[in-house]
Formats: sequence, structure tokens, C-alpha cells
Amino acid sequence: MTITPFCISSPPPVSGTIYGVVLNDHHSIARFGTAVDDAPYKGAPKAPAMYLKPANTVVGNGAAITLPADESAVEIGATVGIVIGAPAARLSTDTAMDVVAGYALVADLSLPHSSYYRPAIREKCFDGACPVAEVRPASEIGTLSTIVLTTFIGGQPVAERSLADLVRDVPQLLTDVTEFMTLSVGDMLLVGVEYLAPQAAAGNQVRITAGPLGSLEFSIHTRTEALTS
Amino acid sequence: MKHARIAWTGAVHQAVPHGEHQLQLVDGRIINEDEVVWLPPVTPRTVFALGLNYADHAKELAFKAPEVPLVFLKGTNAFTGHRGISRRPADATYMHYECELAVIIGTSGYRISKAHAMEHVAGYTVANDYAIRDYLENWYRPNLRVKNRDACTPLGPWWVDRDDIADPMKLALTTRVNGAVTQQGTTADMIFDIPTLIEYLSSFMTLSPGDIILTGTPEGLADVKVGDVIDTEIEGIGCLTNTIVDDATWFGVDKQGVNAQ
Repeated sequence: MTITPFCISSPPPVSGTIYGVVLNDHHSIARFGTAVDDAPYKGAPKAPAMYLKPANTVVGNGAAITLPADESAVEIGATVGIVIGAPAARLSTDTAMDVVAGYALVADLSLPHSSYYRPAIREKCFDGACPVAEVRPASEIGTLSTIVLTTFIGGQPVAERSLADLVRDVPQLLTDVTEFMTLSVGDMLLVGVEYLAPQAAAGNQVRITAGPLGSLEFSIHTRTEALTS
Repeated sequence: MKHARIAWTGAVHQAVPHGEHQLQLVDGRIINEDEVVWLPPVTPRTVFALGLNYADHAKELAFKAPEVPLVFLKGTNAFTGHRGISRRPADATYMHYECELAVIIGTSGYRISKAHAMEHVAGYTVANDYAIRDYLENWYRPNLRVKNRDACTPLGPWWVDRDDIADPMKLALTTRVNGAVTQQGTTADMIFDIPTLIEYLSSFMTLSPGDIILTGTPEGLADVKVGDVIDTEIEGIGCLTNTIVDDATWFGVDKQGVNAQ
């Protein structure tokens, strides 16, 4: 097998900041279960439970992603990014869709972690941890509730999720986020990843399909592989 | 050298201090400081902030000092410049400043060793990392609603070249609220020092020019009220001033209707 030592991929289509949320689907909330009420959380999140994917994480379709040293597995969080097309502050659910320029299929990669208590910077912000597919205009996509994301690892389907399962849909999520922070043109807001998403190992080829949003492919490598090949 | 970024007479300029109350533009023009709008001195790219990076502050918040750096990130909406305003929402009961040494990355690097870390630093500025504790939740804590609010992270007034600061790990930090000192500390008390933070962050991600690390704050938190003027000052770098405003001022309620048809 030929291993590509550096990320070679199509240019990433995002110019701004990428924000994400966790526990935004009923399936994940059910899976998390009563732990939300226990320490350290002591209650379900009220505002969207958010994180950032900084600029170093963003790669395009076809990327070869090298995990940080001593890591050999990664969670593949299949999701969709809302691409912001107009400055967005204090939106209401009636006006929220006016700022949506389009959507892109995104794989939010995380080193496996089961706690949402502290910001997961090492886990979620390593280089290449956010493959992003081509942006499709919102007018072509319609509502996200018809989108089904299927994740293939090594050619085998390992997970499928429907975006009909979102707790906060796109207008509600934009409304709740822009209540306290402004989103700018080119920013992207991910609609949520599944709790304990399937894991890929070093050497795996990963593919996610999402109907009208197309597909996203990338491969996972360990540092040793990348340095010695 | 100190490097400011300002808006003046319809354009954005780089400027350097000229005496006590003036600035000099690149072409030599001298302008009065009170005529300019101060912008964050660098356009922030990825901005890291440290929680609980001073042992006394961790104790003040009843936390054990962390074993690995507690890092969170900020988006570009969070920043404002010197002499800016920050909003205290009507429902907030506890909003506090945090005076922090901000380290600006000058050259990119991945897997940087502590020994070489300072070679990647361009310079330093002052940050005031406001928090509104009413919005704290135990989900990716400190959560964005507390720490990533619009214009609640002033930066400035300027940035200072790395080589102008002999020892960044021995600088006094001081916060004054309406002129009265409320927070005093020294960067010597950081749990994870600058080289350690650069080594840690670059162990899993590439640091790039324009990335900024806000290195945490010592003890001495206090609630700030509407109208308070907060000075966060770091020895050898500068004094960053910010004013707290209420919702009506922030949203210009008294100006609404003036131009109604």
C-alpha cells in the first residue's frame, strides 16, 4: 500500500471559523442516558454545547490524515456544516434561514473521548481533524431532515444516521447560537455529531455519503507510517 | 517596538506610540491618541485561552490545579480593541475580568520542543478575557456562552516585539476597576509556562503566524458593573482599557426611532 506522507486534497471550502455542537440528536441523548444528571455535568445542557474546529483542522476531499503521536484510532463524526452567507446575530427562527448560503458534508474527527466536561482540544483540534466536502447551495438541498449520512470504513458500512433526528433543527440552532455570538460570512456551524461515533484505525480508508450533499473520502495514518514511508 | 493597529480618518493604519499621548503612522504623520479607534493589534487566527493556569486562581475557584493545560478556543467575534466597550447583559449577576499575557505566534511549527519554543513567538499583548459566570455549564466548560461572547475579549493596546521583553515569565499583572487595584500577580506564577504551552499545543496541531495564546489569569476576580472602567496592565507591555455597558447602551436604545420614517 502506498502511503501519502502529507495531506494532498482539494482545497477546503471554508474561510471562517467552524463551530460544532454535541448532543443535538435524540439518539445520542438516549445513549448518554442519565449520565447527564450526574457529576460532573449535573444537568442536561441548556445552551447548545459547543466547540471549535480551528483552521489547522480543515482539509478537503481526499485528504490523508496523520494522527498525533501515540494515537491509533479516531472517531468519525459524520455531520453537515451550515455555511453562513450573511452576518448573523440575534436571529429568530423566522429569519434564520436567510443567512444560510449552503451546506457541506463534514467529518468531525475526534480522538476517542467519552467525557464532554472539559474542552477536548487535543482530541478535536489535531491537524486534519475536519475534512470538509464541497459546499452545495441551500436552494439545491432543501430541508436537512431528508438527509441520511452513511459512514463506510474500509469499504464496509458501519453507521447510518438521519438528520430528521436533530433536537435543534437548523433555524433553531442558528437562533440559539446567535443569541450570544455573531457568526460571520464564511463561518460554518456543524449540526451535531453522534456520541461515541464509530472509530477508524490507522490505515483505514473512510467514506461518508450524504445523498444530495455528495460524498467525502479520506484516509487515516499514524505518525510512524507517515514518517517512514 | 510597539505595534498598534488603528482606524483613523477613514482607513486602517499600523502605528507606533509617539511620546505619551500620540501615535506615529508609517509615513511619519503624528496623530493624537484620542482621535483614533483602537483595533485588536493583530488579526487573530486561532486563539487559545488557558483556564486555571495560575495555582492561586485555581484555588480561588475551588479547583485542583490541572495536570495538563486546560485549553479552550475563541472565535473572531470575541475580540475588540483598546478603549472598547463590553456588554454586561441585564440578567448577569457575576461578570469578571481576567488580565492575561497574550503570546502571539510569529512563525509556524509542529512538534516544537520547549527549547525552541520562544523562536516561534513574535511578541506579546494584553488580553482581558471577561467571563459571565451566570452562563457557566458543565459541558465543554468553560462553555462558549461564557467565554466567546461578542467583544468580550479586549486585546491591546498594541503588541510588543518578543526581544523587547527580557523575561516574559517575570512580569507584573495588574487590574484596576475605576482606578482601584483589584488584581495583582506575576507571570512567574503560571503553572504551565510559555515554552510548555507551545510544546503542548504544537504536539498535536500546527501553530501559525497570528495564532494567539492567552496564558491565564492570577487570583483577584471581582464583579464588574455597568459604567466601570477596567484597566488590565502588564509590565513592559501596556495598559488595556475597557468600559462595561448595559444592554440599552450596547444596542443604542436611546438612538432608536431618531431616524424613523
